[in-house]
Amino acid sequence: MRPTLWLRRSLGVSTLRRGIWDDNPIYRQILGICSALAVTNLLVNTAVMSAGLVFVTAMSSFTVSCLRTVTPKRVRMMAQVLIIASYVIVVDIAIKAYLPAISEALGPYVGLIITNCIIMGRCEGFAAKNPPVLSFLDGLGCGIGYGLVLLTIAFFRELLGFGTLFGAPVLPDGFTRWVIMVMPPGAFFMLGLVMWLLRTVQKPRSPAEGG
Amino acid sequence: METPGPFTIFLASIFINNILLANFLGMCSFIAVSREIKTALGLGTAVIFVMTLTSGINYFVYTLLLEPLGLEYLRFIAFIVVIAATVQLVEMIIERVSPVLYYALGIFLPLITVNCAILGVSLFLVIREYSFLQSLAYGAGGGAGWALAILAMAGLRQKMKRSRVHPALQGPAITMILTGIMALAFIGFSGMVPM
Repeated sequence: MRPTLWLRRSLGVSTLRRGIWDDNPIYRQILGICSALAVTNLLVNTAVMSAGLVFVTAMSSFTVSCLRTVTPKRVRMMAQVLIIASYVIVVDIAIKAYLPAISEALGPYVGLIITNCIIMGRCEGFAAKNPPVLSFLDGLGCGIGYGLVLLTIAFFRELLGFGTLFGAPVLPDGFTRWVIMVMPPGAFFMLGLVMWLLRTVQKPRSPAEGG
Repeated sequence: METPGPFTIFLASIFINNILLANFLGMCSFIAVSREIKTALGLGTAVIFVMTLTSGINYFVYTLLLEPLGLEYLRFIAFIVVIAATVQLVEMIIERVSPVLYYALGIFLPLITVNCAILGVSLFLVIREYSFLQSLAYGAGGGAGWALAILAMAGLRQKMKRSRVHPALQGPAITMILTGIMALAFIGFSGMVPM
């Protein structure tokens, strides 16, 4: 029994690891870019958004996987979207109730988790074929991978754009704020640079992939 | 502040509040499909069509169905169902009218369903409390703005095939940076129309 158990555990670890590093949704699969750009001007917003996304990815992957044998192929997409939407409603209501200010700042982007391709991609590409616990881990890994990249981007955007981190001023008063960092172009530049850097560090694969 | 008229909203959503360059919506398909002008044009047209249609329908769904019943929190589900149905319709039409385009778009056609720009437009018009005409204008303008951005990017990327780009920068990374420059250019439009 022991080898199988070990095998299973290592499978779980590699599934998690794949989402966070090897096949990171943002810079490898190029999924979920919209919110990566929109919510990263402040670290607080990013953290809340990432937490919401981790919850939704993990739970919807789990649910889709549980229902994978009883879902007819034709309505598969629809069923997945409905499952995802239900979890997003939970997150949306929770954020509205406990963090009204952040809910205001995030605007429609919480609702847009539904159409975040990471979740759809993982449900379709992984959860529809794999058992529930593994799918849960896969969703969790991808969610965390997404959150880490987002926090990195938000760190630099908030630091350079506002001179603050989590709202607390850290740079000296004389620092000229890079206003462009908190404006839309700054988001694009920052994400482009992060992708460049991480893809340089990682073993380069075929350049055509993903884009 | 008085609410702007439909035409103003239409123009503003193309240039000033471009759904892609200012609101970051619809990035995934933007990056994936912007390699060739032809497919970009096809998808752009489909998006304009779907977006205009769904923003009109979703306006009614929200004001006539969800609001009176106090079910506003169900709007995510209601909107996504409307969008999915509309996309299905567009898919059938394109398959009939232009099979070539249908195969060229391939997987990306059903993916319009999960194009966040479409859902985003519907959510924005609820938040901004637009009237029916304003919603239609916002939908059409949002679609047109998205199509404009993806066409411009496809043009750039076709030219870029001849340039030598660092291997790790190739693909999405350079596309992001190009989009950033494009967004920078579009900032030049801001202030033209008060939003």
